[in-house]
Amino acid sequence: MTNAWTDIKNSDLVVVMGGNAAEAHPCGFKWVTEAKAHRGAKLIVVDPRYTRTASVADYYAPIRQGTDIAFLNGVIKYCIDNDKVQWEYTKNFTNAAYIVKDGFGYKDGLFTGYDETKRDYDRSSWDYVIGDDGFAVVDMTLQHPRCVWNLLKEHVSIYTPEMVERICGTPKDKFLKVAEMMAECSSPTKNMTSMYALGWTQHSSGSQNIRTMAMLQLILGNIGVRGGGMNALRGHSNIQGLTDIGLLSHLLPGYLNIPTEKEVDFPTYMSTRGFKPLRPGQTSYWQNYKKFFVSFQKAMWGAAATPENNFAYDYLPKLDVPAYDVLRIFEMMDEGKVNGYFCQGFNPVLAFPNRGKITRSLSKLKWLVTMDPLETETSHFWENHGDYNDVDTASIQTEVIQLPTTCFAEEEGSLTNSGRWIQWHWPAGSPPGEAQHDNWIMGQIFLRMRELYRKEGGAFPDPILNLSWDYANPQEPTAEELAKEINGRAITQLTDPTDPTKVQVEAGKLLVNFSQLRDDGSTSSGCWIYSGCWNEHGNNMARRDNHDPDDTGAYLNWTFAWPLNRRTLYNRASADMNGKPWDPARKIIEWDGSKWSGYDVPDIAPTAKPQDVGPFIMNQEGVSRLFARGLMRDGPFPAHYEPFETPIPNVLNPKIRGNPVARVFQNDVKQFGTADEFPYAATSYRLTEHFHYWTKHNPVNAALQPEFFVEISEELAKEKGIELGGWVRVWSKRGSIKAKAVVTKRIRPLMCDGKAVHVVGIPLHWGFMGAAKKGFGPNSLTPFVGDANIETPEYKAFLVNIEPTTAPVGV
Amino acid sequence: MNMELSRRSFLKVAGAGVAGTTLGSMGFGDAEAAVAAHVRPFKLATTTETRNTCTYCSVACGILIYSKGDVRKGETAVITHIEGDADHPTNRGTLCPKGAALKDFVHAPTRLKYPMIRKAGTDKFERASWDQALDRIARLMKDDRDANFIAKNEKGVPVNRWTTVGFLAASATSNETAYATYKVVRSAGIVAFDNQARV
Repeated sequence: MTNAWTDIKNSDLVVVMGGNAAEAHPCGFKWVTEAKAHRGAKLIVVDPRYTRTASVADYYAPIRQGTDIAFLNGVIKYCIDNDKVQWEYTKNFTNAAYIVKDGFGYKDGLFTGYDETKRDYDRSSWDYVIGDDGFAVVDMTLQHPRCVWNLLKEHVSIYTPEMVERICGTPKDKFLKVAEMMAECSSPTKNMTSMYALGWTQHSSGSQNIRTMAMLQLILGNIGVRGGGMNALRGHSNIQGLTDIGLLSHLLPGYLNIPTEKEVDFPTYMSTRGFKPLRPGQTSYWQNYKKFFVSFQKAMWGAAATPENNFAYDYLPKLDVPAYDVLRIFEMMDEGKVNGYFCQGFNPVLAFPNRGKITRSLSKLKWLVTMDPLETETSHFWENHGDYNDVDTASIQTEVIQLPTTCFAEEEGSLTNSGRWIQWHWPAGSPPGEAQHDNWIMGQIFLRMRELYRKEGGAFPDPILNLSWDYANPQEPTAEELAKEINGRAITQLTDPTDPTKVQVEAGKLLVNFSQLRDDGSTSSGCWIYSGCWNEHGNNMARRDNHDPDDTGAYLNWTFAWPLNRRTLYNRASADMNGKPWDPARKIIEWDGSKWSGYDVPDIAPTAKPQDVGPFIMNQEGVSRLFARGLMRDGPFPAHYEPFETPIPNVLNPKIRGNPVARVFQNDVKQFGTADEFPYAATSYRLTEHFHYWTKHNPVNAALQPEFFVEISEELAKEKGIELGGWVRVWSKRGSIKAKAVVTKRIRPLMCDGKAVHVVGIPLHWGFMGAAKKGFGPNSLTPFVGDANIETPEYKAFLVNIEPTTAPVGV
Repeated sequence: MNMELSRRSFLKVAGAGVAGTTLGSMGFGDAEAAVAAHVRPFKLATTTETRNTCTYCSVACGILIYSKGDVRKGETAVITHIEGDADHPTNRGTLCPKGAALKDFVHAPTRLKYPMIRKAGTDKFERASWDQALDRIARLMKDDRDANFIAKNEKGVPVNRWTTVGFLAASATSNETAYATYKVVRSAGIVAFDNQARV
């Protein structure tokens, strides 16, 4: 989230699209009802289902899943056509005025540079014209035909209300009502917030779904302001933290990148990471990349990371593919190329698409280790449970080692919520049986492997032997020790670079924050963006002062938010070119002629003059990007592509199937279904009584919502002879499940391009372990394909068929 | 450790009839102490109160956990009650249908208690000791790494890549656990490393 949960109360218009906060994030959603009750805010819900969020909305519009880009491009067009643009913001705080290279274009649904065989673009033309002075050329009058604004205008021109209705199935009048309500927020004193979750991410165009709304929010001037922003609600208690700490195939902590093998040495790696400003005087904060990287290497390998060995650059793994993401590793597993696999608090048998393939792949492993507080379907994948897990146990040669871990109530540490608040918690109970903390288990695995390498030698043992592990009790590092290591410390005495007589930090002391990091090896920090979380002032994540001066919703002294305890990202953009708040009633920070100050930590250097330095300090431009240059694989502007399995062909370009650059494995293409065989558009979702596959282990939640079901409309039920509560079989090209049918008015057929599209809703909380009745999940049916940029699987839009049936076997 | 006083811990201190010096340090005089000393303790006053965060979604509601026994003093502690933290700015004491039932998640019948190993082709888990399980894991990892580690690519560039073993990290562990996990996994050269955020 750019903002915080408590900030939602400041909004004038809450748009829930690609999520269902009332059911999936109930206590956070209370801030929406707060805004409605005390501010008179309106709530819009756009969703294929009439959710509980929709039930309290001021306006609900249905949409066919997987068509959000068409809808939102339509809203952008509406705003442009009706002069509903926050002009000062758009001109000064976005790249609307930047001139794009002549080579760039968009035709027949594809951008310049497409290579069909590679399913990829040559993105070299997707960039700005650079002037003789080395800076991007701009036309602040927005008259130049090649400026971003005019290219955007042209790009969205096809998304008329009629076209939106054809693609999305949203009736034109409903679309126009939503567009009108959103467009009103172009006023500097009307702020709209976007609340989204996996309803946007789990698509083959997931990243662009989010980007389209971000662009709309920029045009409306709603980024960086109170009650505005792009707010990813996020799914799990520390999914934000694990992402920040970089536990993803392509990342180092703090959004640094794991090198690729093309980056043969450290100078080559750094050569593309200079982040020189693209406009005069801009901050371009990533210019400090080397400080963050070197400090991370020092945290990892301490004294073994030296200037002479490029701070142990060669110790890091180097990628030969963009990422060994979960889809790729399961494809490799299925090909017999993977021997061992760890699942730490993760249940891929229910969490990954095309369950048949997942189970088949796990069966090809030599060994599987699970670390979990609970019995999981993954640790029991080899066990036969009738229709619910129909495997041949004896033929599965995988050794499974199941390790019992503690749960949240038995351990200490910090969790990062979706608003980037890093909150500390303490252990309250003793673990059951012999369950152990994850820190202990990871410590044991490491120490035992290191011992084997010490004794026996082996393949390149240096990164293991030299890993910094100097904890008071190496058997189990404490949360405090690890938090301080993440924060970072001075390895040698740090003096002021401009005045060496001034000591900034004594050797061994914790750093105040990441502004003290150095690139010469004199500082260490495990994750630079978290620096400041535990410094010499103490554990800032444990702070509990809940005062909120003037009720802004910032709560600056409650825990610690990254970066630098900043609560609203890009908050410099809450003020105009002179540094005055767009809306004085919702001031965040203000320029007093010499410095920025206010209710939040300014997201800009405190003395940066408002006319000189742009608010988007992480970007080389200093402004935000309506045109993404080459930073997105599937286009600098978002374009509508159908899901890989779609009930109607792509209306704009019928020949294009799915996202043209999404990675597909050949074996999976054969398993994509078509509308003639699988006519119904299915989607997956959560219920408010359950959390993923965890709460089915809890007898209370299992009693609240005991049994798997699917939801269909009354119209489809009538057509197929399906009764409320009757058993149905639902099947896709990849699998088949049985469920009780819930026939409901909450789902209605959508008219798309003249065809009635029926939606089948499939909740995701059942399996064959735990206290609830045995059942299935949508992943038995969903396709094995991910988002073109980040490979998040397409769970929200796929095709199925449905028929009445009898009860499953093996209950 | 944060030592601010919450509603409950105040009750505990006052209700348990702790000596006036403690109350004095809280700003109470002897008179209040005398009154507090003869009030029957609340049931929760005999439990240990711990601040924690709900383990489910990322709203991160503040919760208070009550236990018989104090795990931080080395005692065995049994969790008897969990409720929303009224002082927390986000949830202000409220919890959803999932959070309200957290205690029964902690005590779920399917919580794991012991390391178990399922041998290839068999139809059951067998109990193992931690040493057996961990030594086995270290051995399996070492042998596979030594056999399949790619130190350099065909061009002789050091790539330090181990592709035959993968690691899926959790979504509810702490940042500190995540960081310890990162160190162990990456130093081994594992590239197939993701967390729930990927899906």
